[in-house]
Amino acid sequence: MSTDKKKLKVATTSLAGCFGCHMSFLDIDERLFTLLEHIEFDRSPLTDIKTVSPGTDIGIIEGGLCNAENVHVLREFRQNCRILIGMGACAVNGGLPAQRNHLPLTTILEEVYHTSPGLSNGMIPNDPELPLPLNKVHPIHEVVKIDYFIPGCPPSGDAIWKVLTDLLAGKEPELGHGLMHYD
Amino acid sequence: MSHTFTLDGKPVPFTEGQTIMQAASAAGIFIPHLCYHPEFKPHGSCKLCTVKVNGRHTASCTMRAAAGMVVESETEEINAERRALTQMLFVEGNHFCPSCEKSGNCQLQATAYHLGMMSPHYDHFFPNRAVDASHPEVLLDFNRCILCSLCVRASRDVDGKNVFALSGRGIRTHLIVNARSGKLGDTDFTLADKAAQVCPVGVILKKRQGFAVPIGERRFDKAPISATAETTEER
Repeated sequence: MSTDKKKLKVATTSLAGCFGCHMSFLDIDERLFTLLEHIEFDRSPLTDIKTVSPGTDIGIIEGGLCNAENVHVLREFRQNCRILIGMGACAVNGGLPAQRNHLPLTTILEEVYHTSPGLSNGMIPNDPELPLPLNKVHPIHEVVKIDYFIPGCPPSGDAIWKVLTDLLAGKEPELGHGLMHYD
Repeated sequence: MSHTFTLDGKPVPFTEGQTIMQAASAAGIFIPHLCYHPEFKPHGSCKLCTVKVNGRHTASCTMRAAAGMVVESETEEINAERRALTQMLFVEGNHFCPSCEKSGNCQLQATAYHLGMMSPHYDHFFPNRAVDASHPEVLLDFNRCILCSLCVRASRDVDGKNVFALSGRGIRTHLIVNARSGKLGDTDFTLADKAAQVCPVGVILKKRQGFAVPIGERRFDKAPISATAETTEER
């Protein structure tokens, strides 16, 4: 492989996710070194860079959308990334956070901050710095176009590796039996 | 007189009265399906088994095989339509595989894998459907119902109990329990019923045995759904 070839810029984030998919990403283990011969990280929990650079090649999104900030970050990724990948069950269909979708948001906040046993003087947090929760948790493809998905809770390191190496090789990513999992 | 038709270019033998699905299964060829079950009269409603016969779309579980038919099944066009139907089933209900006991043994999930469904594509309905835990041995989770009617047919035709029915029309169609209270606990349904064995998804679940089989050893972890032309084995 040529070393003078321009490295692809990759950004990652976790929205309404648990970082489990990022942990799974790290499960590609020593293959990270091979990957780093082809890519460099832009905004990511791995670099602590806070904004996505324009002209980023691949954006990897973990998690769905549960608040206004998630939507803002997702749009920033879409604006600046050539290819967006949804990683994991929450990005795909809302996942575990979406289990609140059949309950009215006010009922949930009331229960969590007011009526649960053991709470005294509970108040619903209203600091202006806190992003407002959305009425429902949404998968990311309902807000911006997503080019590829890696399903799984979390997807295995091997599945993430397969999709990334397929893309680096200029192929349509494909997960066969064993790598394709929704759980 | 040759009793064969061609399926994706290969000759498939059949006996008089067999459907395309039956003949294909007997020949070890997999055609995706959800509401079809070899032990029951075909319902023809899920449309996953749609094939092209002499250029026309038809459900292979209800279409009788005839000599000389030219049938197409595993084409990119038909599989794209099957994938879209499967995606609609996913967004119409609440299908959260990581928290479902049926995961790994679920025909809807395995069929989606087979069709390469990477996401549900459409906007989710997130419907609000209550579960029914009234029965001592069986839990009903309507969130996962795909209206295949297999439990309806099994209870009516094999058990002779008529415990289940599909009610409403169109997008409002839903599974109901035939009891004044609407609760499974108020019927004579038992675990020994055929209807307790046929659910292709995670609606009818035996209580107190969830997640008994570890990931990696479940039915569709071991082999894709296409490896079993006749999906008779149920859990």
